[in-house]
Amino acid sequence: MTYESFEYDVLVIGAGGAGLRASIEASSAGVSVGLVCKSLLGKAHTVMAEGGMAAALGNVDDRDSWKVHFADTMRGGQYLNNWRMAELHAQEAPTRARELESWGAVFDRTKEGKILQRNFGGHKYPRLAHVGDRTGLEMIRTLQDHGIHQGIDVHMECTVIELLKDGDRVVGAFGYDREKGRFRVYTARAVVLASGGIGRAFKVTSNSWEYTGDGHALAYRAGAELMDMEFVQFHPTGMVWPPSVRGILVTEGVRGEGGVLRNSEGKRFMFEDIPELYKSSTADDEEEGWKYTQGDKESRRPPELLTRDHVARCIVRELREGRGSPHGGVFLDIAWIKERLPNGAEHIKKKLPSMYHQFKQLAGIDITQEPMEVGPTTHYVMGGIRVEADSQMSTVPGLFAAGECAAGLHGANRLGGNSLSDLLVFGQRAGQHAAAYAKEQTGASINSDQVEAAARLALEPFEREGSDAEGPYQVQFDLQDMMQAQVGIVRSQAEIQKALDAFGQLYERAGRVGVQGNREYNAGWHTALDLRNLLMVAEAVAKSAILRKESRGAHFREDFLEKDSEQAKLNTVTRLGAGGEMEVVQEPLAPIRDDLAQIIDDNK
Amino acid sequence: MSSATFRIWRGNAEAGAFEDYTTEVSEGMVVLDAVHQIQAEKANDLAVRWNCKAGKCGSCSAEVNGNPKLMCMTRLNTLPLDEPVTIEPMQTFPLIRDLVTDVSWNYEVKKRIKQFAPRKPDAPDGSWRVDQYDVERVQEFRKCIECFLCQDVCHVLRDHRLHDKFIGPRYLVYTAALEMQPLDTEDRIADLANDHGVGYCNITKCCTTVCPEDIAITDNAIIPLKERVVDQMYDPLTKMLRMFTG
Ligand SMILES: Cc1cc2nc3c(=O)[nH]c(=O)nc-3n(C[C@H](O)[C@H](O)[C@H](O)COP(=O)(O)OP(=O)(O)OC[C@H]3O[C@@H](n4cnc5c(N)ncnc54)[C@H](O)[C@@H]3O)c2cc1C
Ligand code: SF4
Ligand code: SF4
Ligand code: FES
Repeated sequence: MTYESFEYDVLVIGAGGAGLRASIEASSAGVSVGLVCKSLLGKAHTVMAEGGMAAALGNVDDRDSWKVHFADTMRGGQYLNNWRMAELHAQEAPTRARELESWGAVFDRTKEGKILQRNFGGHKYPRLAHVGDRTGLEMIRTLQDHGIHQGIDVHMECTVIELLKDGDRVVGAFGYDREKGRFRVYTARAVVLASGGIGRAFKVTSNSWEYTGDGHALAYRAGAELMDMEFVQFHPTGMVWPPSVRGILVTEGVRGEGGVLRNSEGKRFMFEDIPELYKSSTADDEEEGWKYTQGDKESRRPPELLTRDHVARCIVRELREGRGSPHGGVFLDIAWIKERLPNGAEHIKKKLPSMYHQFKQLAGIDITQEPMEVGPTTHYVMGGIRVEADSQMSTVPGLFAAGECAAGLHGANRLGGNSLSDLLVFGQRAGQHAAAYAKEQTGASINSDQVEAAARLALEPFEREGSDAEGPYQVQFDLQDMMQAQVGIVRSQAEIQKALDAFGQLYERAGRVGVQGNREYNAGWHTALDLRNLLMVAEAVAKSAILRKESRGAHFREDFLEKDSEQAKLNTVTRLGAGGEMEVVQEPLAPIRDDLAQIIDDNK
Repeated sequence: MSSATFRIWRGNAEAGAFEDYTTEVSEGMVVLDAVHQIQAEKANDLAVRWNCKAGKCGSCSAEVNGNPKLMCMTRLNTLPLDEPVTIEPMQTFPLIRDLVTDVSWNYEVKKRIKQFAPRKPDAPDGSWRVDQYDVERVQEFRKCIECFLCQDVCHVLRDHRLHDKFIGPRYLVYTAALEMQPLDTEDRIADLANDHGVGYCNITKCCTTVCPEDIAITDNAIIPLKERVVDQMYDPLTKMLRMFTG
């Protein structure tokens, strides 16, 4: 078979915030950089982020500091976080935000002309630097427009399907270009995965076709460990109607600006159940909550701004108890703020322009006049590739990971806004350390057997035709339905087991998938190749979920409703076993440093 | 449930034809949903780009019944369904396959525009002080999702194929965003007049009409840029003399 070959010091897989930031850093360290992505440049998931990027700049409330941000992140993650990552993240996010401005980002401003910050769930002070509700677009465009002048070689619409190894070390990647379906071999001294999440494993999701867990699966097959895969974030507010838009995100910014949740009886049900950890920081009544959203420093946050895991579960409770909205959601009302603000309708359009648009165009609803209907949607994966905190190197030499595909920072639940900052902080670190690692390496040799094997496997779907073959889409749909129903927002031993029992058959069907047509931009073929990754990550989620017999953060077990003090000390680790089977075990967390434990105590 | 027929362009740069697909349609569906449904049920290998399904990424551009549109934001109830809905790729760019075109020219053009160069920071921590009023003007331009629909519709590119002389409305918006960035110190006016061909635009406003982000491309970006070019490049007196002496 023939291949196109490329060689770089550092190969970055993924061109979202994390991959772009890593590429910029590596290339400014003086090494050659190749950047590969499945979509066109600038279209990665990062472009969709709405609400903002968390950084303790202290521009709106000067009581904020990295210590408070650190404590908030740990509390939100229910203390399963890698504390060193949480520390680095909180310390470095402000510098990364200012740096973005120096590259041309145009954030909203305070009256003094500084970067404006908004309230978000789980953050004690207004902390999210933002641009209306299109912060991700601002971030990705800034990085893209800066990056294209850095001498980075960008390979758009190219999918990596296997990592290549030389002994223990990762030394390259194998993939195909989507346009013609030609194979490509990338040789590299260091590889950075920045491939994003796994949301396509579920039916209702805010994630695009790209989120098939490729990076997770590539790393796993190359022998790297994954961690905490049971923690999948279900965002409380996705659209529920019309059916074709089900799952599309409604930013938390709506609640940050004063939006409230009500059930079919018109009741603000979030006041009914406030977790112990957050009692002292939650408003006593509606009035106090409203004042908080309007910047009153003496007031405490409304319960709508509790962490996402909790809000999502309260919504599920309302639905189960029959107090849902007509299309199976609850009501999210921002229109009511007109009672409080003289120019309310204009204010809403200005603060939430893309939400206004989204509902107007897709649902025919004017959010300045009527409430929205919302319900939980699969949004983000906290689990991912296990990395060393400072360098972002995985457990396999030469392989680094940053952004959503890496694990650690967010623990059992991610706070809104902590992803965009994560991308910059750890993208920068991964780029820096990958470049340094690459400089130390002498040449790498590509094993042609690995390449041939990957190529053969990739072409198999074309060889299967006739009555035995199945199209890829139906297998994908069935997997999504199963994960949604059995390993979704509310889990139990029996349900997860049912899912685990079904994997054998799904793998078998995936192995029989056949595709029509030729290799040119063939969506069916691409979907067939993605299936392998999607199945692998789904299985890791299910196997991790059955092991954690407690409810913590985003992982909710109706058969184990409480947190368990023993499980509190354990991470869940997934790896490829010696016989090719998936091994999932629990391993103790590293004990936290005393000074950091003190910061957590001081902020309780 | 009722059904509707979609007449979709199938083929590559060498050969192709419209093909009709009939599929079920339900309340709230957008054109992209119909395309996906057809892809899953009848044409697994149908090539189409998309990511966000919410008008945020600018991937799903195509021509629906002849109009440049984001397929994910075009609801079926805005189209006459008693006749086939035509879906074809953007015409201004070379075809790759089916609904997917080669838009790489756009990425090349962007590289030719001088990058952002900020003034010295206003504060010791490396930050700046800027008024909200000043950022709002550029924020309009920075809403651009790079869907390239404006490029698709502009006759200078679409009909006259002047891709090597004119950067097109998207990149005039991009240049305007940089020129009006309150912190920027770079000068792009000479480039605009020469290599970037701002003069080719004759303000037909077709670009503004199709922009899904409602950016006032002509009024707020192109016309002010043209004015800057005139102010800076042509001393009015010599220009007048030239007019009289022919
Ligand atoms: C609707 C929405 C709103 C959000 N809002 C916020 C918010 O307000 N604040 C916040 O902090 N977070 C938010 N998030 C989360 C955040 O946007 C994402 O977690 C983050 O952008 C992920 O960035 P990334 O760089 O890790 O990956 P991405 O931006 O997803 O990029 C992944 C890249 O990897 C590439 N890739 C994947 N697989 C392969 C492969 N096999 N071969 C080659 N390339 C590959 C893709 O093409 C893509 O370029 C939001 C998420 C969504 C979906
Ligand atoms: S106004 Fe100018 S840029 Fe816009 S479509 Fe017309 S000629 Fe093209
Ligand atoms: S200016 Fe408007 S039409 Fe042109 S690329 Fe940007 S968003 Fe699309
Ligand atoms: S899919 Fe993103 S704009 Fe249509």
